[in-house]
Amino acid sequence: MSDIKQKEPWFSAKNLKLLTEPIDAKNPITVLVLGICSALAVTVKLKPALVMAISVTVVTAFSNLIISMMRNSIPNRIRIIVQLVIIAALVILVDEILKAYVYDVSKQLSVFVGLIITNCIIMGRLEAFALGNKPWPSFLDGIGNGVGYGLILVVVAFFRELLGSGTIWGYRIIPESIYVKSGGFYENNGMMILPPMALILVGVIIWIQRSRNKSLIEE
Amino acid sequence: MGILDNFKKMDRNSNLYTFLYASGMVILVAALLAIAATSLKPAQQKNKETEKKIDILKSFGKAEGADKAANKHQFVEEAFKKYIAEQIVVNSKGDKVEGLEAFKVDLKAELAKPLEQRNLPIFKAQLDDQSIKYIIPVRGRGLWGPIWGYIALNDDMNTIFGATFAHQGETPGLGAEINTVEFQQQFIGKSIFDNNNKFVSVSVVKGGADKSNPHAVDAISGGTITSVGLQEMVYDCLENYQSFFNKQKNIGHE
Repeated sequence: MSDIKQKEPWFSAKNLKLLTEPIDAKNPITVLVLGICSALAVTVKLKPALVMAISVTVVTAFSNLIISMMRNSIPNRIRIIVQLVIIAALVILVDEILKAYVYDVSKQLSVFVGLIITNCIIMGRLEAFALGNKPWPSFLDGIGNGVGYGLILVVVAFFRELLGSGTIWGYRIIPESIYVKSGGFYENNGMMILPPMALILVGVIIWIQRSRNKSLIEE
Repeated sequence: MGILDNFKKMDRNSNLYTFLYASGMVILVAALLAIAATSLKPAQQKNKETEKKIDILKSFGKAEGADKAANKHQFVEEAFKKYIAEQIVVNSKGDKVEGLEAFKVDLKAELAKPLEQRNLPIFKAQLDDQSIKYIIPVRGRGLWGPIWGYIALNDDMNTIFGATFAHQGETPGLGAEINTVEFQQQFIGKSIFDNNNKFVSVSVVKGGADKSNPHAVDAISGGTITSVGLQEMVYDCLENYQSFFNKQKNIGHE
C-alpha cells in the first residue's frame, strides 16, 4: 500500500490532457486507426451510433479503472486473459442493461454490443495505459478514448443518416415533397447506407484533421 | 492474519498463485453476471412481450401511438386487451386445442415439429366497427437470420386485411425493407385462395407484380433472398391453417 497521498489535484493539467488528447491528436479512430469495424457497422443512424459511443465509453472507462486497480496483483502470464474477462463481463452487463431499458436500440445494435469485447481500443488502452498507471488517470484516459471514438461515430452517423435516409435522429429533415416518388427531383443516396461509405467518410475526417493539424503528418 | 494475507505474500509468478487468481476471478465474475442477469430478466421479458403485442396490433393497424405513449407497456397492454377478442390454438386439422394460450405458443418450436403435432396459434380481433379479423403468426428464414410477421385476414378467411413483418438482421436498405410500411401495404386486399378455393398464398414477384394480380406483390430490389424467404414463410405458415380456414368458411355458409 502506498503511503503517499495523491497530492495532484483531480483535474490537473496532466489529467485533463488525458481526457482531451484522445479527442483530437491521439484520436483512436482517425489517428491510431483502432475500432474501425464498429465505426462502419453502427453508423447508419445517429441513435444507435450514440448509444454505441456511450456503451464503449462506459466499458473503456471502467475496464481501465478496474484493471488499473488490479494491476499490481495480476499474474503477468495471464494478464491478457484477465483483461478479457473484465471486458467481457462489463460488455455483458451493458448488453443486459440495454436489453432491459432501451430495448429498441439494443435490437438495432444486436450483435455489435457483444462485439465491443473485440474493440481494439479497449484492449489497447488496458495494455498501453491502465497496466502502468494509477486508477484515476486510467479512468480519465478511458473516458477520453471512449469520447474520441464516439465523436467520430456521431459525425459519421450524422452524415450517413442525413444523406442516406434524409432524417436526423429519426426526424425527417429533407422534406418528403422533393423526393422523386412524390414528384420531386431528390433521391436518397443508397451508398450512404452501405458500410464502404463509412470508410470513405472516416477518410474524409482524417484528411480534414491532418490538414488542420500538421504535426500528425508523417515524414 | 488471514488467508488473504498469505495470498498477498505469494510469489506472483508461481503456478499456484496464477491458478488461484484465475479461479477466484472467474467465480466472482460469474456470480456478478448471474445476479445481473436474474435481476434484469423481468424487464427484458416485458420488453419482448410488448414487442410481440405491438407486432400483432400492427397487423391490423392499431399500434399507432405506441411509440409516443408515455407508458408504452401500458398503452400496448390496453390496446391488446381491447382488440384481441379471443386467442385460439388449433391443430393441423383445424380443431381447437384446449388449455393453451396462443400468445405463449412458441412458433419456432411448433414449426420444428411434424405437421400433425403442431399447435397453431390464432388471434381473433374485433375492431371498432365490430368486424372480425383473424391474425396468423408466420415465421421463416431470411438471408441472415429469422424473419417473422403477422397476417390479419378478414373473416372470409381469404382476403388479407393487413400484414406486418420483422426481421433479426437483414441488410439495411435491402432485405430490411420488409418491415417498412410501403412493403407491407402491398399485402392489403390480396387473397390467399384462388377462385376454385385452392390455396395459392401470395407470391413475392421480382421485377414488379401486376397491380391487378390478387396473389402477388413486388419483391424488394436487391433483397432477393429475403423476398423469396418471405414468400416461402407466408406460404408455409398459412398452409398449416388450411383446414381451419376451410372449416371457418363452411360455418359461414351454413
